[in-house]
Amino acid sequence: MKKTIGLFLAGALTLAMTACSGATPAATTSGAAGTGKKALTDIVVGFAQVGAESGWRTANTKDIQDSFKTAGIQLKFSDAQQKQENQIKAIRSYIQQQVDYIAFSPVVQTGWDAVLGEAKAAGIPVLLTDRAVDSKDTSLYVTFLGSDFVLEGKKAGEWLVEQYKDKTDPVSIVQLEGTTGSAPAIDRATGFADAIKAESKFKVVASQTGDFTRAGGKQVMEAMLKSQKSIDVVYAHNDDMGLGAIEAIEAAGKVPGKDIKIITVDAVKDGMTALSEGKINFIVECSPLLGKQMIEIVTKLNNGETVPARIVTEETTFTQEQAKAALPDRKY
Amino acid sequence: MSGFFTRALSNRLFWPVVMLVALLVVNAVAVPGFFSITINADGHLFGSLIDILRNGAPTLIIAVGMTLVIATRGIDLSVGAICAIAGAVACSIILDSPDPGGLWTVTVAVATALALSLVLGLWNGFLVAVLGIQPIIATLVLMTAGRGIAMLITEGQILTVESAPFKFLGSGFIVGIPVAVIIGAVLFSLAALLTRRTALGLLIESVGINPEASRQAGVRARGLLFTVYGFCALAAGIAGLILTANQTAADANNTGLFIELDAILAVVIGGTSLNGGRYSLVGTLVGALVIQTLVTTVYTVGIPPIATMVFKAAVVTAVCLLQSPTTNAAFARWRDKLAAGRRVPAEAVAK
Repeated sequence: MKKTIGLFLAGALTLAMTACSGATPAATTSGAAGTGKKALTDIVVGFAQVGAESGWRTANTKDIQDSFKTAGIQLKFSDAQQKQENQIKAIRSYIQQQVDYIAFSPVVQTGWDAVLGEAKAAGIPVLLTDRAVDSKDTSLYVTFLGSDFVLEGKKAGEWLVEQYKDKTDPVSIVQLEGTTGSAPAIDRATGFADAIKAESKFKVVASQTGDFTRAGGKQVMEAMLKSQKSIDVVYAHNDDMGLGAIEAIEAAGKVPGKDIKIITVDAVKDGMTALSEGKINFIVECSPLLGKQMIEIVTKLNNGETVPARIVTEETTFTQEQAKAALPDRKY
Repeated sequence: MSGFFTRALSNRLFWPVVMLVALLVVNAVAVPGFFSITINADGHLFGSLIDILRNGAPTLIIAVGMTLVIATRGIDLSVGAICAIAGAVACSIILDSPDPGGLWTVTVAVATALALSLVLGLWNGFLVAVLGIQPIIATLVLMTAGRGIAMLITEGQILTVESAPFKFLGSGFIVGIPVAVIIGAVLFSLAALLTRRTALGLLIESVGINPEASRQAGVRARGLLFTVYGFCALAAGIAGLILTANQTAADANNTGLFIELDAILAVVIGGTSLNGGRYSLVGTLVGALVIQTLVTTVYTVGIPPIATMVFKAAVVTAVCLLQSPTTNAAFARWRDKLAAGRRVPAEAVAK
């Protein structure tokens, strides 16, 4: 019995201590904010980028760098070359340099608790951009700025519903999924399914993964064109798979955009070009241009204001006409 | 009839061929028109079987090179990375030239990419033959570094090229037959002729079986190793160009990703032992077709993506189990028993 009480007390004590250590950095943060705002030009932000693996990512980097330059905020930039250890090193060096804010796009979802804990202990607020971390402790970061993949899927589905609103014939849809198990693939499928489920005429007759690549999209589409009796619509989780599907459709003697309608997500340059040429019918944007919103977040935090824990990127959609108009000014 | 069956059963290609036929039958049941091959409006052959041949060509081309490497008791893990490099080099040359659609530009781009692939293969050969590094480690160097090189060449971008002659390599047709299939057939025949109509194949096998004995018998192992690694890398370069041309873009991250595993698997399914020595190019051909048919089956039958890996693993496991020496011995015993059972009554009747 005594032992039990002893254990209980020890547990309570540990809890109290954890609570204490949890409270201290929080106090520091608010203290820092309370000491008054810095001039924007005195702020230093450390940004740990994933790498430069795609056109999307390069546009993301360029936009962030340009936006900070325009706003006059000093930006320290590092490229992790798709490696978590590089990113952790970069974040540690930002902590040592005592930057005011740290922003980063996590390479992978897990394994950040230790280094983010260090940032928290040093009283440096952390912004997640584009990708989230999987941690139970949400106090490790201030906000997550990025796309809502479910919403993207939903926008794609809503456009389709609108296009076919006057028709009653069944609509056969094939879906080219992203990498199996990845967040965008799961969420874009969910959002799309939600948007079309109200009407029974929409049928997803086949759904396969094309791994977000052109080659994957092409090969899956080739097989589907032969195994499915009729295909009215292709919904691809990114532009690249849609571009692959276009080649397969053309090889089968059909006209992409007319015989088979194509909807994709991303709006990268090659996709937008195909959209303006009428080969794709609709693209839901997944914007890499996060710079402007990052500046807003930093400014707000600097003024001592609070920001929501989740901020969705400002994104639009493109029809063929809009693509023609937007293409000349497209940054990526 | 039973004699034919017994002979077929003891052939090491029996089970892979059975598996290939079984997969094709599954497809034909799922999609009634699966075997139909039509000639479309452009005069091209069109059908699922053509897709299998065309999409399987890059794997076959690499697997032919891999067969020879494996026959020397080696392995080449760097082929996927070489695919990416070849594609990256060709695309960046085409993009930098003032005339991307020109035949000369594409010829220069392809030649440069293949020359570089050959150099990378000779580098592998150097590590293995001269420095004596184990092949799996020696080629691992380029497997990891190679994608980095490809990323440097493409500057991390996906390079899209608009070049009709280049695209022709991946999705063009000559008298109705896909160019990729023709390239695959030519390379396969060339390898078969060079190694089986000359002593080259025998020498390669001897190096694989016993390098020391071969050396003492006067076989120049070093030169042979350079040759097979060079050839394998060249084949990888050709496959990389086909893959890149097929998607009209160089993608340093994804082009030829894991193709080394597919190629090794094709070789193993074809009955060539990873311990080196005796090899079968026809076996590799069957292996490559099994792998590509498997991929197509997943798409045509509509196996859910989350179950795809398990399905592929099940088929590959089945092929490997059926081919294993232990299973074969069990089959042989069963066969003997059958034969003995048949003979005894026959003798009894004679008496």
